[in-house]
Amino acid sequence: MDTRDELLRQGHLACPGCGLAVAMRLVLSVLGQKTIVVIIPSCEAVISATYPLSALKVPAFHSAFVIAGATASGISRALKIRGEDDITVLAFAGDGGTYDIGLQSLSGAAERNEDFIYVCLDNEAYMNTGIQASSSTPYCSWTITTPKGKREKKKKLMDIIVAHSVPYAATATIGYPEDLMEKVKKAKALRGTRFIHILAPCPTGWRMKEDLTGIVSILASETKVFPLYEVYDGEIYKITKMPKGLPVRDYLSIQGRFSHLKDEDIEEIQRNVDREWERLMYLVKRNEKA
Amino acid sequence: MVELLSGNYAIAEAVRLCDVDFIAAYPITPQTPIYEKISEMVSDGKIRGQMMRAESEHSAMAACISASLTGVRVFTASSSQGIAFMHEMLHFASGNRVPIVMGCVNRVVSSPWAFGSDQTDTLSQRDTGWLQLYCENGQEALDTVIMAYRVAETVFLPVMVIIDGFYTSHFIEPVDIPEKENVDRYLPPKNLPNRFDHRNPAFLQNVVDAFYYSEFKKRQFEDTLRAKDVIVEADRIFGDTFGRSYGIVEAVHLDDAEIGIVTSGAITSCARLSVRNLREKGIKAGLLKIKLFRPFPYEEVVRYLSHLKKVVVIDRNVSVGKGGIFCDELKASMCNLENRPQIYGFIGGLCGEDLPPELIEKITLYVLREEKPPEMPIWIHGTNF
Ligand code: SF4
Repeated sequence: MDTRDELLRQGHLACPGCGLAVAMRLVLSVLGQKTIVVIIPSCEAVISATYPLSALKVPAFHSAFVIAGATASGISRALKIRGEDDITVLAFAGDGGTYDIGLQSLSGAAERNEDFIYVCLDNEAYMNTGIQASSSTPYCSWTITTPKGKREKKKKLMDIIVAHSVPYAATATIGYPEDLMEKVKKAKALRGTRFIHILAPCPTGWRMKEDLTGIVSILASETKVFPLYEVYDGEIYKITKMPKGLPVRDYLSIQGRFSHLKDEDIEEIQRNVDREWERLMYLVKRNEKA
Repeated sequence: MVELLSGNYAIAEAVRLCDVDFIAAYPITPQTPIYEKISEMVSDGKIRGQMMRAESEHSAMAACISASLTGVRVFTASSSQGIAFMHEMLHFASGNRVPIVMGCVNRVVSSPWAFGSDQTDTLSQRDTGWLQLYCENGQEALDTVIMAYRVAETVFLPVMVIIDGFYTSHFIEPVDIPEKENVDRYLPPKNLPNRFDHRNPAFLQNVVDAFYYSEFKKRQFEDTLRAKDVIVEADRIFGDTFGRSYGIVEAVHLDDAEIGIVTSGAITSCARLSVRNLREKGIKAGLLKIKLFRPFPYEEVVRYLSHLKKVVVIDRNVSVGKGGIFCDELKASMCNLENRPQIYGFIGGLCGEDLPPELIEKITLYVLREEKPPEMPIWIHGTNF
């Protein structure tokens, strides 16, 4: 990538090895200068700006936690009223701001098919406030508020988004940057609510060495824990990177947050992942048949 | 042109006259007719702006804030739980210095569940940094929405234009609708700044340190105080243009009065009759209607009331554990005066309970007989008067 395209400046405040900062860089480099960014309380907010500095080279607004969807709606509509049609409105929100507190606002915007791109930077817990569990935190994962591991499964966010029949929804990881950027490019070319769910590993909260961010992202996809796919109009599913099907143990064992897992836990997670993969394949094939 | 309009429809007419670009709203009784009427006007092309069907009041306010930051004229309206639900975003709006105008239709905040008029919904938002204007009837509401845009877009602060639920919102009265050209002349030209400028990209609302936090808050505070003069001026020019003006407070027969009645909103109309009736009986009563609540017009309150012996404040609201909210603010305005009137606080008309002129007269006569006001408010409720 040509560094002249970088819209996230050096010297931002992310921890070393932060997957989120990499994801922000990649997304912004595709969307380009003519973008307005909405950010809500999250690591993104701290990474981006503490007054009077900003790491972003595009205009941005740090709105309230609950409200990425409605904030992006307001900007996007106002731009249309002003006749400015060449600007992309982009909302960056974490998993807490998307899965939990911001879900209603996102759902409202998605149902109205508001014209913006929503990127969920999913690091699977409230990292900015110091590693508390969210409804995105995976089954069995340690966080400070789930000291013996979370008992509930990760919420199936993509299913909820797809249920709104948005024109484009996709998953991506920074482990496959070309795939990620290609999806942002596709999203940019469409209109309406476009949603990209990015798994963004957080070495601090995942309790792993900071040089593992890339590897763990690749393993998330290759073990089918986080398959890479896209959904058009809430109907047509496409796998964009066929996973090798490596054992989930490969993904789990390099992360401290899963270090307490017993063999039977890992087996159970493997069964869950296999079942979800079958379900995804069913959705892919359903429309191939049709 | 005079038409028969409810207070809610009068507000919707004002939104049309002000050429609002963007409206985001969510239905709640008794605000709904505003939302419905504006939707109809947008779909008929009478308002050229856009209506966003928000999924909550919180989202409606958030979208108004971000649209306003993008440089368009915005409006929303709400009541009761809806205003309470917006609370977080109300702070956000004033801190971001966005010139939003919101129509507020007073209604009880639960619990218990109820629907009648009660100012506690808007008064609970007194510390959010919004300018608050309480209107007596539909005509004043229509005129005040127009004034509010002039004020908001001059001082860059959000404004609530407030009416009583049902009494004002649903009662139909003759309302004079100003000519559109005159409103166009009265309002500032619509060139609000777009704060998302790609030639000079900035990050709005970054995290600040303690020094900058106080710096921003102090400026907001000072500008809010300065807004009072802007409101006075907007009201004066409105009078010159349209032949009607209201003042930030209105004093009736207070010069020679021995007792003053203080009201806000729709109750004022009843109190006007009470003052007339009392004067007919030879009792020198006067009236102060408080229209502007934030910033609080403490100088005007002192100017019109400090010479009196006794003041009766009627509050259709309650701060539980303290008293009526207007009464409280009024007492605070006078606390440093050497000579100040006795102030008798009454809580009444909650949830739209009837407060007819005769009752206000009875209260006034009661206060004239009393020697010393109680610390806590007196409830006008049931049969105690
Ligand atoms: S806590 Fe995690 S997500 Fe936040 S900046 Fe650090 S590495 Fe990135």
